[in-house]
Amino acid sequence: MNQINVTRREFIITSAGAAGGLAIGVFLAPMANAAVVNPMPWQSPNDKEGLELSQWIVIDPSGIITVVQPHAEMGQGAMTSTAMMLNEELQADWKMIRVQYADANRHVLNNELWVTMASGGSNVVKARHPHIMQAGASARERLKEAAAQTWGVPRTQVTAKDSVLTSGTRRGTYAEFATRAAGIKLAEEPKRKTPEQFTFLGTSVPRLDVPLKVNGAAKYAHDIRLPGMVYAAVYANPVPWGGSPKFDFNAIKARPGVLAAVELKAVAGKRGLADMQNGVAVVADTYYRAKTALDLMPIEWDYGPNAAMSNQTLFDTAYKKLGEKGAVRKDDPAALAAIAAAPADKKVGGDFHRPYEAHARAEPITTTVDIKADGTVDVYVGAQNPPAVMTAVVEQLGIEPKNCFVRRQFLGCGFGSSSGTFAAKQAAQIAKEVGRPVKLIWSREEDIRNSKHAPAYAARFEAAVGPDGLPTAIFTRTFGANSSDNTITDMPYEIALRHHERHADLEQANIPITTHRAPGTGLVGFASEQFIDDLARKGGWNPLDWRIAMTKTKADYQLVLKTLKEKAGYRMDLPRGEGMGVAVVESHGTIAGAVATVTVSRRGQLRVEKVVLAVDSGHVINPLNGTEQVEGSVVFGLAHLLGGGLEFQKGAVANSNFDTYRLLRIGDMPTVEVHFALSGGEKWGGLGEPGVPPTAPSVANAIFAATGKRVRSTPLTLHDLSWA
Amino acid sequence: MALALNVNGTSYTVDVEPETPLLWVLRDNIGLTGTKYGCGIARCGFCTVHVDGQAVKSCQTKVSATVGTRVTTIEGLSPDSTHPVQVAWIEHSVPQCGYCQSGQIMAAAALLAKRARPTDAEIDEAMADNLCRCGTYVRIRSAIHRAAELGAR
Repeated sequence: MNQINVTRREFIITSAGAAGGLAIGVFLAPMANAAVVNPMPWQSPNDKEGLELSQWIVIDPSGIITVVQPHAEMGQGAMTSTAMMLNEELQADWKMIRVQYADANRHVLNNELWVTMASGGSNVVKARHPHIMQAGASARERLKEAAAQTWGVPRTQVTAKDSVLTSGTRRGTYAEFATRAAGIKLAEEPKRKTPEQFTFLGTSVPRLDVPLKVNGAAKYAHDIRLPGMVYAAVYANPVPWGGSPKFDFNAIKARPGVLAAVELKAVAGKRGLADMQNGVAVVADTYYRAKTALDLMPIEWDYGPNAAMSNQTLFDTAYKKLGEKGAVRKDDPAALAAIAAAPADKKVGGDFHRPYEAHARAEPITTTVDIKADGTVDVYVGAQNPPAVMTAVVEQLGIEPKNCFVRRQFLGCGFGSSSGTFAAKQAAQIAKEVGRPVKLIWSREEDIRNSKHAPAYAARFEAAVGPDGLPTAIFTRTFGANSSDNTITDMPYEIALRHHERHADLEQANIPITTHRAPGTGLVGFASEQFIDDLARKGGWNPLDWRIAMTKTKADYQLVLKTLKEKAGYRMDLPRGEGMGVAVVESHGTIAGAVATVTVSRRGQLRVEKVVLAVDSGHVINPLNGTEQVEGSVVFGLAHLLGGGLEFQKGAVANSNFDTYRLLRIGDMPTVEVHFALSGGEKWGGLGEPGVPPTAPSVANAIFAATGKRVRSTPLTLHDLSWA
Repeated sequence: MALALNVNGTSYTVDVEPETPLLWVLRDNIGLTGTKYGCGIARCGFCTVHVDGQAVKSCQTKVSATVGTRVTTIEGLSPDSTHPVQVAWIEHSVPQCGYCQSGQIMAAAALLAKRARPTDAEIDEAMADNLCRCGTYVRIRSAIHRAAELGAR
């Protein structure tokens, strides 16, 4: 047995080479037949020994090809997807590909060299495939041109496959021609392949990051250890935008390892995504010591003007607004007149709301900041938008952007929370004040209470039904989720008269919010697809057939809904206590339909048995990962329907941890079936989020079918689903 | 207080308060960061490790209670990711973000050590404390069945 005495000094020395020096990573090769991802993917490729063909591609003399890609790996498979898209064109030997993060500093200082680093809105494949594939095509043609010039043949006579260039009997590897190719400028950029020419995209490829995630090798922001690093635990004022704390550091400063308390100050009037709340941090030589001391430190908070806020006051405001005229987004007085004139038995109406939600990503927000002697600053973070982190730290420390380096990690989930950048400001401020590298870890309680939250929502619907049972006019008025307004204004159903108004979320100024997984469409879909269910039933229609009948001119909706009808076995004649529900929502360029089957006991115990989905994202570059993303989206949708739900009381979030903010467990997990119903062509939709919006309303509609109870809000833990 | 620990077959001496949770000793003192913090109240399972073969939440296990025991973390489950659970996890493409998966894998390995062929209900019970926010539950269940097959060989 080995014998190791762990002192602080020794761990610092042994870990310095790996995390501190930013040396070239030793790539693990857990699967000999596949590309791999650097377990420390923020490390730069060895540009001097290897050879950079473009910012996207470094070809090493050994034949290893490093794909330097800009997008955050947060479980959605960005590293695999970008490498696949690039290699569809590059035609390199897949098992020689290494993937890592592009450098945010270089991106920002060079006019957004990778086009964008932001990863959100299910965009990596949907919106980025043109330039990612172009980078691969361009590199391939330059390699071919290098070989053509060397061999004295036209480029059209050179073929490229599996990292080998061939012309007649001549043959050479990409590595052999990389130097020459680097000096070649193409007179004209090559055309990208069209989907019917794909040979690699569309096949199920194992995700490259998986092997690193079964043995502890993958590094997250949470795992960073630097020489001389100290740890910080923090509390922000529990009431948003409350005042500065009074705290007594003397009461804890004698505790073991405790080094400092640092006050964090909000900037008056600044309430943006990256802006800090007032708060206080305690710094110690380990996180446990820092957190324990913080918990013991006497702190008095000035709760400020929002101290009376509660879910009650928030939703009182929302419902009051639903009774008032809002900003008109789709104007049709005829719709209002038709509804007003309709007899009572031909009218349907309903209100819905959703509470604020925490992101509760798996990895609590963690940021390490190292202000170095040479004036440069390293920020170790899992960020969906690294340049935003850079901007935040630059602003907080008053440094030049060129001196700020974001060392990007794997993310323990994203869900939009990691675009929140104020933890980076906190860590920067603490590092500046203590003069040491600081790792700031938000406790789970801090993460749930004091993150920028996902927004609340409320909606009112009214409609009139004609003699054929189909709607003639619809009126909608919403509160919040304005970014997803088009989910209502462009509702696919062919309803002749429509009028839509909205109110901005007035609480935004008081409750800091950011995005979520399918933030707006999830909220709107929850309300609209339940209302549609009521509308169809009012007219005596089967809700699935109604949706098919009402989208007749939309081929992609027809494809999704008919696939769903074929696969899901939707029926309305189940015994009481059992039910099926359908919903379909378009988001992020993708149409996703779901049919859920539930059972509800007489006492109101709900079990979601099965969710069947049909999904049209146009194309799917990796059906394995695409399926996983839809499965995960179902869990997300269910988690915030069955559980979740932030409860504000006296201005603060009353939930604190996973005991009071309850999320879906394996025992609640239904069977999930994912069917891709792809319309192809020009359509490229995302897959990270679109499974979320139809999930909750399909389950809610199934609950209605089983019990006759309409689910007008979440979480279901607040509802009595019992029936007699 | 100097405490002698055995983690993954290696002896360590750590100087910490005896009530320090094993989690933070593993991560901050020893440097084994594969075991993750998620909640600190034993409600997410991200910190699951084995103490003498039993799955425990290391965030709620005092380090002093592990003196004289064998502690196994994800890094020590196998030298080369060849434990049947790890093999099955790769085969079934379980991890997405991966943050909870060390805990999932350690909980699954402890279950299979006790029950060679667990039913779905037994899996749900044994894994009930292990939260996954990406939503890999379907694959966790199928991979545990697969690991049971692999382990039986």
